[in-house]
Amino acid sequence: MSLDPALRDQMLAAVPSLRAFAISLSGNVDRADDLVQETLLRALANIQSFQPGTNMPAWLFTILRNLFRSEYRKRRREVEDSDGSYAESLKTHPEQTSHVEFKEFSAALAKLPDDQREALILVGASGFSYEEAAEICGCAVGTIKSRVNRARTRLANLLNIENPNDFGPDRATRAVLTGDDVA
Amino acid sequence: MNDRKPPEGTGTEKPMEAQQTTAKKGKGQAALGREIQAKIGQQLRAYYDALIEPTPSRFSELVRQLDKPDSKESPE
Repeated sequence: MSLDPALRDQMLAAVPSLRAFAISLSGNVDRADDLVQETLLRALANIQSFQPGTNMPAWLFTILRNLFRSEYRKRRREVEDSDGSYAESLKTHPEQTSHVEFKEFSAALAKLPDDQREALILVGASGFSYEEAAEICGCAVGTIKSRVNRARTRLANLLNIENPNDFGPDRATRAVLTGDDVA
Repeated sequence: MNDRKPPEGTGTEKPMEAQQTTAKKGKGQAALGREIQAKIGQQLRAYYDALIEPTPSRFSELVRQLDKPDSKESPE
């Protein structure tokens, strides 16, 4: 298997984000690493089915998500990180985030249903469009949009992010941000 | 869902504070304000960045190894 160096580079470039996605999904770093490794092995084994010029990160994320889902059906999140304890294992934290904030956020994120969490991460952090996220998750674009909306609302509640001035009028703004139809 | 007309300036970065206070809506449950969205977005990215930072190098080693034809075992 000699891999086109361009494809290899695309693959490698996607790994950090892929792994962050895997940690977000599984809530467990070791398991995430296994998922990433398995994803890369499958990708390499099936590289001929990847069409050059198409979206390598989306392809890898799709593989990883499917792996996670099929595994998930077998065993539910055994080692759950519902209190964000794996945050403790991270050696470095970016300056801009306090440790507490990071912990709170990851704990809140862990409380979201899987489908909402993955949609939010894909769109809000991994940098995919709604359309790409829909492809990765194998669902309609509208489904992704509503999952992202619900995830945000839930997070805002969990994190007690509240600003009275922000209530209400901004339906249209929200529609712009989320691409949601005002309907 | 409702007939509310979009407030002007939907494409701008900052919401208009004055407008917001005059147009309060009963159910705050679904309508997330822009500042809340921004705050969540920022925390989400910070969270994700923190996960990305310590990516181990073993994955790049793995790909490079598998990529080398000579280091590959023959596939039955």
